[in-house]
This record gives sequence, C-alpha cells and structure tokens, in this order.
Amino acid sequence: MIEAIFKYEFLQNAFLTGAIIGLIAPLLGVYIVVRRLSLIADALSHVTLAGIAASLLLEKRFLFTTGLNPLYLGMTFSVVGALFIEKLRTVYKHYQELAIPIILSSGIGLGVIFISLADGFNTDLYSYLFGSVSAVSRTDLIIIIIISIVVIAFISLLYKELFLLSFDEEHAKASGIAVKSLHFFFIILVALVIAASMRIVGILLVSSLMTLPVAASIRIAKGFKQTLFLSTLFGEVSVLGGLTISYYLNLAPGGTIVVIAVLILIIVILLKKMVQWKHEVRV
Amino acid sequence: MEEIIKVNKLTYKYEKENVLEEIDFSVPRGAFLGLVGPNGSGKSTLLKIILGLLKLQKGEVKLFGTAIEQFKEWHRIGFVSQKANSFNSGFPATVYEVVSSGLTKKVGLFKKHKEEDKQKILEAIDSVGLSEKKGSNIGELSGGQQQRVFIARALVSDPDLLILDEPTVGVDAKNVQSFYEMLTDLNRNRGITLILVTHDIGTITDKVSHVACLNKHMHFHGDTEEFEKQNMSELYGHDVQVLLHQHDHHHHHVHHHGGENR
Repeated sequence: MIEAIFKYEFLQNAFLTGAIIGLIAPLLGVYIVVRRLSLIADALSHVTLAGIAASLLLEKRFLFTTGLNPLYLGMTFSVVGALFIEKLRTVYKHYQELAIPIILSSGIGLGVIFISLADGFNTDLYSYLFGSVSAVSRTDLIIIIIISIVVIAFISLLYKELFLLSFDEEHAKASGIAVKSLHFFFIILVALVIAASMRIVGILLVSSLMTLPVAASIRIAKGFKQTLFLSTLFGEVSVLGGLTISYYLNLAPGGTIVVIAVLILIIVILLKKMVQWKHEVRV
Repeated sequence: MEEIIKVNKLTYKYEKENVLEEIDFSVPRGAFLGLVGPNGSGKSTLLKIILGLLKLQKGEVKLFGTAIEQFKEWHRIGFVSQKANSFNSGFPATVYEVVSSGLTKKVGLFKKHKEEDKQKILEAIDSVGLSEKKGSNIGELSGGQQQRVFIARALVSDPDLLILDEPTVGVDAKNVQSFYEMLTDLNRNRGITLILVTHDIGTITDKVSHVACLNKHMHFHGDTEEFEKQNMSELYGHDVQVLLHQHDHHHHHVHHHGGENR
C-alpha cells in the first residue's frame, strides 16, 4: 500500500487529510463532550449537508460548471448554523438543548429540498453522506491544513482558559475571562472542523469521530491532559486503521473508521471492567 | 482599619420584587464574618453582586476601597461556590489541574504556568492537606476532599479575601470540625479575611469574629458577642431557639478578635 500512496495523489490526499482529522476532531471533541454539547456536532453536520446540497444545486442548475468546491458552502452553512444555535440557546434559556433539534431538523429539511430540486441523489452526494477516499482533492487538503493550524493554535494558546470554561463556567466568569467570546470562537471552530471532516468520514458519521474516541479515553484517563492525548491517539488509530482496512477490503472508509472507534470503545470499557473486577476480588 | 468590602444602601430587584433592600455593611481586614440568613434571603444575590457577576442596580459597593465598577484586581478575591458540591464529578481532571485553574487569570492570556506558579499550586494543595491526592481525578475524592480542592483553587492566587458559600454542605460531620480548623488557621495565620455564608447559625457562632444576618434587609451586623444577645425570632420571622455554644478557650479569642476590629 505504501507504494500505492506514493503513486496516487488521491491516496496521499486521503491519508494526510485523515491523519489531520483524526487529530483535530477528537481534540475539539474532548471539550464538546465534557461540556455536554455532544449533540451539537450532529446538528451541525446536518446543516453542513444542506450547504453541500445547495452547492451541488447551484452548480447543476445555475452555474453549469463543476469548479465550485462544495466545502465552501458547507462550511458557511455550518458556521451560520452554529450561530443560530447560540442565538436559540439564549432565546430558550430554560430549554437550552432545544436549540439542537431545531437546527438539526432545519438542516435536514433544507437539505432534502435542495436535493430534490437538483433531481435527487447522485454519486457525488453519496460520497458526502458516507465519506469517500477518492473524493479528497488537493484544495480540500489545503483547507483542512489551514483549519487544523487555527484549531491547534487556539487550543494551545488558550489552554488554561478553555479548561476553566469547560470545568466551571461560573468560576471562569467570576475570574474575569471573556466567556462569551471564548465560547463563540470555540463553536465556530467546531463548525469548521465538522465541515472539513465530512470528506473522509461523511456527514452522517462526523459526530462519531468527535465523541467515540473521547468516550473511550474518559473511562481510563487520569486528568485532562491525558484525556486529550488518549482521545487523539484513539482518533488516529481509528482513522488510519480504517482507511488502510477499507483500502484492502474495499469497504466504505467512513463506516470502517467508525466501527474501529466503536471497537476501541468496547475494548476499553471491558478492560476497565476487568481491572475493577480484579481489584474487588483482591480486596 | 481598612475596609475590604463596603456596601452602601444596596437595593436589588429581580423582575419587580426587591430581593435586597437598603443593605449597609462592611467587612474589615482580618475579619472572619459569618453571613447567615434563611433560604431565599438574598444571600446568593448579595454574593453575586460582590463578585461582579450581577450588575449593580442601586447603591454602591466598594472593594478594597475601589468602586466595584472600576475594580480590576479580581484575583484578590477567592470564591468557593455552593456549586462546588454539584459540579460534574465525571470531569476528567486531576486535583492538580483543578487547583491550577485558579491561576488562569493571574498568569494571563496566552501564557503558560511558570516554575513559581507550579510551586504555588503545590503549596495550595498542601495547605488543604491533599498532597497525596494531587494526581487523582477529582471524581474519585470524597465530598469533603472535593471541597478542599476548591478552597485550594481559591487560595492559589493568594487572595486577601476568601468567600465561601455553604462550604460544609456535602461534607460529613466527622470532617466538618477539621474543615473549620483549617479555615481558622487560614484566617489567623495567613491573615486571609473570610466570609462564610450559611443558613445554619448554630454551628458558626463560636468560630467567626463577626456576624451579619440577612433577610432582604441586613438585620444585624456586628461582632459575635452582641449577636448572641439578640433575639433571633426577628430575623427568621418566627420564634427560634438558638443554642449558644459554650466557648471555652475559643471564646477568649473571638472576643479579642472582635475587639481588635471595632
């Protein structure tokens, strides 16, 4: 396979993109999970779908070209969706989780309308739903590299502030941290990473890459730094392992990646149970 | 005597109802003030105003001699909230990490903890007696130990004033005594001014130097001696029997302390 990677540009794109996403999706995922915002990733991925569908529709009906990268409109929709979620959370102060299903269904609704206007499903759309190795272009790779630089800079420069915001929002406010702006940038980055990840794992599976590795690491990690480290480790194993296996067995890469992440989660839960059980027997 | 907090004619309302009315009170440096009042008496509102979490509506508040609107040195005030008892105990953070978050603002934006900061974090953990637990996840600790972690987090930025909101809720009786001993030690030996908020008058009168009673109005505000002579029924709105504690050797100190601050 290594030979094939050197030979085919699309494989290089896919593996590089995969490696980057395997790092940044679980990294942001840790903050999403501990802040109990797991479902936001789902809502935003469905809004991204609407953006992709809109872009494909534009291309087909109005522009008659294939030059437009659907990633741009997908990212735009995702960011706008994130802003709407934030707005709705302040409208429904006592039902903050309500913002998520509202945005999720709006995204699907719009997406389905755009798809029907564009004469239904085609292979292009299919690859966005479930991910595709051959769909990753050089432009996609460059966009994803830029996004990942921003994400890593954000997390390493504001590590202390993000930790405090996640652990204890009230205390963060009381210590004079600009909680609102911090949360705003965070949610925009989540929107961008979701849009960027969909090329590989597909829209329907994006959120799993942000939550499954975190769910596994949270079971066994000591402390926050270790949680970050283990989450990215599990993320990388899932993505690179999934891409390799799907290449040899000719499986859907998105699905393979997610199944590996689920397997890691199951193994971690079982191992932890075994250790606890052994401990109890000894005591 | 320097007044760390000075509140003047403070009135605050939610919707249309006054929660606090014409509150006057002050906290001198070195005091150990017990702020008592029944549930719904406006204690939390008063705290939130002092901590800058709620905007001033009417009246004035001065912190360390500066009007609260201009006050910037928030690291001088440590706060241990009631919520410390109901935080997400599944949060994956070690004791060390939680305590270090108390330095966030002081260290500053974009900066990492320096060697001396790390030293401070370890000292704060040591001062609440949790050195052995510094690498444990906070969820693995008992309620009393978790509360100590939050106090260490408040201490790490070297505050002059420490405010504790119902700190012994969720701490088992056995550990409450040593918890108060720790507070007394912080007050006397490290010179930290303390405000302890509680709905339980009985347990604190022998520990604090000053008492303030709140029920929309500030009913009583003075040192512990006078407080014990007052009739409590006025504050709680019905007849309450207050069991006064025998002070023994404590008494002498409280008296002395109170006198010092007058």
